[in-house]
Amino acid sequence: MSSLSLAVRDSSTMLRRNLLHVRRYPSLTLNLLLSPVVLLLLFVYVFGDVMGAGLNGGGADRSEYLSYILPGILLLTIGGTTIGTAVSVAMDMTEGIIARFRTMAVHRGSVLIGHVIGSVLQCLASVVLVGAVAVAIGFRATDATALEWILAAGLLTLVSLALTWIAVGMGLVSPNPEGASNNAMPLMVLPLISSAFVPVDAMPGWFQPIAEYQPFTPAIETLRGLLLGTEIGHNGWLAVAWCVGLAVLGYVWSKSVFDREPK
Amino acid sequence: MASSVMPMPMPMPRRGDGPQSPAAVSAIGLRKSYGDKTVLDGIDLRIPTGSVFALLGPNGAGKTTAVKILSTLIGADGGQAQVAGHDVATSPEGVRAAIGVTGQFSAVDGLITGEENMLLMADLHHLPKREGRQVTAQLLERFDLTEAAKKPASTYSGGMKRRLDIAMTLVGSPRIIFLDEPTTGLDPRSRHNMWGIIRELVSEGVTVFLTTQYLEEADELADRIAVLNNGRIAAEGTADELKRMIPGGHVRLRFTDPAAYQSAASALPETTRDDESLALQIPSDGSQRELRSILDWLDAAGVEADELTVHTPDLDDVFFALTSGTDQPNPSEEAAR
Repeated sequence: MSSLSLAVRDSSTMLRRNLLHVRRYPSLTLNLLLSPVVLLLLFVYVFGDVMGAGLNGGGADRSEYLSYILPGILLLTIGGTTIGTAVSVAMDMTEGIIARFRTMAVHRGSVLIGHVIGSVLQCLASVVLVGAVAVAIGFRATDATALEWILAAGLLTLVSLALTWIAVGMGLVSPNPEGASNNAMPLMVLPLISSAFVPVDAMPGWFQPIAEYQPFTPAIETLRGLLLGTEIGHNGWLAVAWCVGLAVLGYVWSKSVFDREPK
Repeated sequence: MASSVMPMPMPMPRRGDGPQSPAAVSAIGLRKSYGDKTVLDGIDLRIPTGSVFALLGPNGAGKTTAVKILSTLIGADGGQAQVAGHDVATSPEGVRAAIGVTGQFSAVDGLITGEENMLLMADLHHLPKREGRQVTAQLLERFDLTEAAKKPASTYSGGMKRRLDIAMTLVGSPRIIFLDEPTTGLDPRSRHNMWGIIRELVSEGVTVFLTTQYLEEADELADRIAVLNNGRIAAEGTADELKRMIPGGHVRLRFTDPAAYQSAASALPETTRDDESLALQIPSDGSQRELRSILDWLDAAGVEADELTVHTPDLDDVFFALTSGTDQPNPSEEAAR
C-alpha cells in the first residue's frame, strides 16, 4: 500500500474512533457548547439593551447587538470545542492504547490527523448549532451573498483547523486531562478580550493593543464584514495569516511532541 | 555466521537451539540509560523461532525497557537488535508488521466496547470488513468475551481487560508476541487461564517473549529463561540449567533398615547423616553422572535404599542467589562453565 493511501486509510480509522468517542460520551461536547449559548443569551437578553446603546455612536438596539456579537460568539464556540479536543488528546495519551498504536504498522501521523479532522468536524457542527440558536432568536444576515457565505464558512473552517492544532499540542504536553483543560483556557478567554462584544476603540487605551494584536479580532472583523457588510479592510489577510501561522505552528509543535520518545 | 543468522523459512523443531536455527529475536550489547541511570547495561539475547523466552527479574531490573526497545517503542542508546529479521533501529516498520505487543498496562480503549476495540485493530491491520468481523467474533469467543462484547471496555474486570488486550494483539496474526508481565495483578484463576492462552499460542508456532517477576511462571512456560538484574543478564538457560547453577542440590537416601543405613553411611563419601530418620544427604548437582556414581557406590557396598530423591534448588533459590548482593558466587561464570 502506498504511503498516502496508508495515511488516508489509517487516519480515517482513527477519525472513526474519535467520532465514536464523541457519540458515546456527548456530555463533554455538550458542556462546552453550553458556554457560548449561555453567553449569547446573556449578552443579548440581559445586557443587550445597554450594550447596544453604546454601538455606532448610540442608538443600536438589541437585535443589532445580536448581529454584532454573533461572529465573536461563533469563534468562542470554536475555541470552546477545541478545549474539548485538548482534553481528549491528553486523555488519549494517558491510555496504553497509544503505545499499542506505536508498535503497530500504522501510519505514524494518523492518531493526530484523526483527532484533528474529528475536532474540525465537531467545531463546524457546534457552529451550526449555535448559529441555529442565533437565528431562532432573530439573527438575520440577508444582505450576504452566496460567495460571502462560502467565504465565511471557509474562514470558520480555517479558524477551527488552526485552533485545533494548537489544542492538540496543548493536549500532548499536558500530563492529564485536567491540565489540558487549564492549558487550553486561552482558546476561550482570548475571544472575550477581542472585539467580540465591544469595539476595540471603546476599550481603555492601554488595553487596545491586547485586543487588537491577537488572532480573534481580525477573524471576528472579517466574519462581520462577510455576514453583515461592515468594512473588512486588511483584517481579511490578517485573519488568514494568523490562522495559517497558528495551524503550522500547532502542527510542527504537535508532531515534534508526539514523535518524542515515550517514557 | 554463528549467532546472528537471518530467519530462514525452514521447519525447525520447537525447542531447536542449534546455531543453524532461525532467531526470532536477537540482540547484541543493548544499552539504554535515562539520565545517569543505566537501565540496560549491554544485554545479549537470542530467541529461536517458535520458542518461549522468559525475561525474569525483580521490579526495576529493566525488563519493560527491553520489551520497549525490541518492540520499537523506544530506541536503544547502544547495541543492535533484530526482530523477525528486521533491525529495530533502521527498519522499525518491518518489525512492527511482524510483532504483537501486550504491554504491562492495559492497552485497550476504555471508552469503546470490546468488540469495537477488536474491529479497530482489524481496520488498522487493513483486513477486509468481512474478515475483520470474522476474526473479531472468533477471538472474542476464544477469549470468553462474547457476552461482554457490547459493553465498554472500561467496565471490564482486570482479567477481562488482559484477555481483550491479548485478543487485540492477535488480530493481525503476529508471528512474534511480546507479553510484558501478562499476569501481574491477576487472581490465580485468571493467571492459570493466561498460562493456558500462552501455551496455545506457542502450539501454533508463535514465538513468545515474556517478562515476569514470577519464577513459577517462567518455570511453567518458558523454554529458556534469562535472569535480568541491574540491567545485565545474570544467567541464562533452561529452568533446570539455572537450578543446577546454584549450590545446595543434593541426593537424599532414606532407609528403613538401620543396618543398611549404617553400611551406606560408612561406604559413601561426603554424606550428611540424619540418624533419626535414617536418611543420608549427598551433595550433588543432580546430573546423571553423579547419580550413577552414587548408585554404583551403593551397589558396590551391597545396600539398597528405600527411597532416593533428587533435590535441585528451585527457581526461587536461583533467583535470590542471582539477584541479591555481591556476596554470592558469580553466576555468569558458573553459567559459562
